[in-house]
Amino acid sequence: MSAAIVEPAVFAFTPENAARADAIIARYPAGRQQSAVLPLLDLAQRQHGWLPRAAMDHVAAKLKMAPIRVYEVATFYTMFNLRPVGKHFLQACTTTPCWLRGSDEVVKACRTVLGIGVGESTADGQFSLVEVECLGACVNAPILQVNDDFYEDLDGPATERLLRALQNGETPPHGSVTGRQTSAPAGGPKTLTTLTFDAAPAAEGGE
Amino acid sequence: MPKLKIDGIDIEVPPGTTVLQACEMLGVEVPRFCFHERLEIAGNCRMCLVEQEKAPKPIASCAMPAADNMVIHTNSPRARKARQGVMEFLLINHPLDCPICDQGGECDLQDQAMAYGFDRGRYRENKRAVKDKELGPLVKTIMTRCIHCTRCIRFATEIAGVEELGATGRGENMEVGTYVEKALTSELSGNIIDLCPVGALTSKPYAFTARSWELRKTESVDVLDAVGCSIRVDSRGPQVMRVLPRLNEAVNEEWISDKTRFAYDGLTRQRLDRPYVRRDGKLAPATWAEAFGEIARRMEGLAGTQMAAIAGDLADAESMYALRALMDALGSPNRDCRQDGAAIDPAVRASYLFNTTIAGIEAADVCLLVGTNPRWEAPLVNARLRKRWRRGGFEALRLGPEMPLTYDVTELGNDPAALGAIADGSHAAAERLKAAKAPMLIVGMGALARPDGAAVLAAARRVAEACGMVRDGWNGFNVLHTAAARVGGLEAGFVPGAGGRDVAGILGGAASGEIGLVWLLGADEIDMQRLGRAFVVYQGHHGDAGAHRADVILPGAAYTEKDGLYVNMEGRVQEGRRAVFPPGEAREDWKIIRAFSAVIGRPLPFDDLAAVRAALAAAAPLFATRETPAAAGWAAFGAPGPIAAHPFRSPVDDFYMTDAICRASITMAECSELYVRGGVAAHTGTHG
Repeated sequence: MSAAIVEPAVFAFTPENAARADAIIARYPAGRQQSAVLPLLDLAQRQHGWLPRAAMDHVAAKLKMAPIRVYEVATFYTMFNLRPVGKHFLQACTTTPCWLRGSDEVVKACRTVLGIGVGESTADGQFSLVEVECLGACVNAPILQVNDDFYEDLDGPATERLLRALQNGETPPHGSVTGRQTSAPAGGPKTLTTLTFDAAPAAEGGE
Repeated sequence: MPKLKIDGIDIEVPPGTTVLQACEMLGVEVPRFCFHERLEIAGNCRMCLVEQEKAPKPIASCAMPAADNMVIHTNSPRARKARQGVMEFLLINHPLDCPICDQGGECDLQDQAMAYGFDRGRYRENKRAVKDKELGPLVKTIMTRCIHCTRCIRFATEIAGVEELGATGRGENMEVGTYVEKALTSELSGNIIDLCPVGALTSKPYAFTARSWELRKTESVDVLDAVGCSIRVDSRGPQVMRVLPRLNEAVNEEWISDKTRFAYDGLTRQRLDRPYVRRDGKLAPATWAEAFGEIARRMEGLAGTQMAAIAGDLADAESMYALRALMDALGSPNRDCRQDGAAIDPAVRASYLFNTTIAGIEAADVCLLVGTNPRWEAPLVNARLRKRWRRGGFEALRLGPEMPLTYDVTELGNDPAALGAIADGSHAAAERLKAAKAPMLIVGMGALARPDGAAVLAAARRVAEACGMVRDGWNGFNVLHTAAARVGGLEAGFVPGAGGRDVAGILGGAASGEIGLVWLLGADEIDMQRLGRAFVVYQGHHGDAGAHRADVILPGAAYTEKDGLYVNMEGRVQEGRRAVFPPGEAREDWKIIRAFSAVIGRPLPFDDLAAVRAALAAAAPLFATRETPAAAGWAAFGAPGPIAAHPFRSPVDDFYMTDAICRASITMAECSELYVRGGVAAHTGTHG
């Protein structure tokens, strides 16, 4: 178990976020304002870095819900972090396609560079690593999600380079680290390598 | 009207009926864990699977509406196999600790495992373990046993009106609890123990004390408030082990309050188990003969008008009738059952009854609460109001102290003068009440037990008349009593006779010396200081305020120790039955009075319970009836007059400490400490 979590006593949206929250709530028809619970929790998590109880209570009060109903939602979805996470929140996909493509190397690289395993955080609070289920980008497996960005086509050395760059305060461009275009074939195009256009079939009598 | 076939039998059911309900109409039993008649359908336990022809897979009968031409098989091999599968899954994580589980013997899971369980486990992995939750001094949790039926969550949310329980986490990590550790802040919380189909939620005070099959079950009624809930008293040997609710649609449905359920430990503490006589300023143990002799001696030379009797809140009708007969024989008209001095008019029945009836609340559309906090004064009336409110099209208005209720209330402030304004039609609320189809009002003791109570009662009557609350087939005028004995006392004529004194008059007379002897029949809620130098006989079962002041103590029987009639606030006569014997030399109350009457040579004309009841029924025909209360005739009552400006105040300051039994109960003391006085309950065992 990690050290006891220090829960903030109070939480309130910043003025900008409060305005955004109001805009989100206004999307829903009258009497259905509680539907805004998920976007509001997300907003609170983005503001605070993680989701303390005070934030859930704040959302509950804002939506006039019983706090337990918000706790139920927040504990159900794994993307809400109910305990502090590092500044760089690493989510390694280890589901079958990523695993087949070497996600073990990605996880091992985190251990090598950061000294943390799955479910752990670095002492300086910079990095946290968790294992997640399919991130939905299997064509570019394996994937490491850092906060909101996907880094794709990783292997051990590439992951190490990525982590060291992050340690140095850089933000490498996200997407495929091998430089391939989205999910195009890894070694360059295999089909349609030349663009030759046959003359259009002769049409009797013109177009 | 869908027509369907269940197990080969054709049945036509009303639209909206579920398959499970249709099965029940035919008497076909379908196993279930999550489904409960009074809760919303969850459909998550899957135990009620049945086979439907032409359906690709078994259907959950609790959530499936019955439709035309359905062919249902409830006991086909396929249905049985499906249920066996569900049962096997349920038992994967359920600890098979029945031998140490308090639910053993009355456990739905145990029973249904007998029918659908596999004779061995095929699961080789570790069972999951769940941390127990701390839900306060009443409900003990062993959450590893939880099968996630969510009945407790739905009860708290729907019936109790406290959204505090929920299911957090997901999948295998799902846990039922409050998330933030806290005690349930509901006075109905004990009902989740009954609802829990397994041993996850059990009674903390009852823990490890008895097995259900060892207990003798006695059907009785509750006397700790004026609702008169139907209860079952479970006893073993000389001791009440627990109190459970009994189904009574007209009164408590199948719920009881925590006070009703958990105050029973007070029955074994602070008991008066032998007569006492005060000698040299100290109460000394005595024999019955000595006690009676002392009273007889002190009665000598006293005129009837110098004697008085006051009945307490827990008294049964027979003993009140017997005491009234004794006072009549002694020539005393001074008797009263209204300890709090409530200005109730005993002459007009409609003036003191809950005329709408508790079930009738469901037909109302607007309710005006006057000087009452039903949540504490009568939790089951409050639950019924909430039930009505949840259905929609209902508004509660409140003129009185602001206390948290379990439904939305439109506050009208707490100025008693507003009552007059509503009656005159000059208050905005009058329009609301007049526009209603079935308006009702509930006057609490907080509005009547004050010096201007008669004026408040008159104003409430004018409101009822002005707002169309009283008409053929509907009477929306209701008095909410807090004392179980009150209506019984009024019906049995335990009110001042011609020229007699009421409670205030008796206390005044005792203080001034005009009253020389006061007989308290379990009366503990009066100001004992004001009894002055009067000779006080206390007949009751607990060493409470009255016994401390008494000069002679006659040990009586508590409600679980005697057969007695009680009239609830609706005027419903109900029979309480003896579950255990009174402790020591204590006796049933009417017998004590009958025995004393012989000592002074004026024997009362009854020798057994049947004779007392016959005499009582002759004096007040209501007591010959049982259950259904008849509508009371309407007449003028109350005394018009000025209403003082000081605000209404609920008579119940502490729900858990309202009478001598509760005050002797450790469980109630813990609840009071936690919920009312705001302390923090000491964690027990391995918690905290």
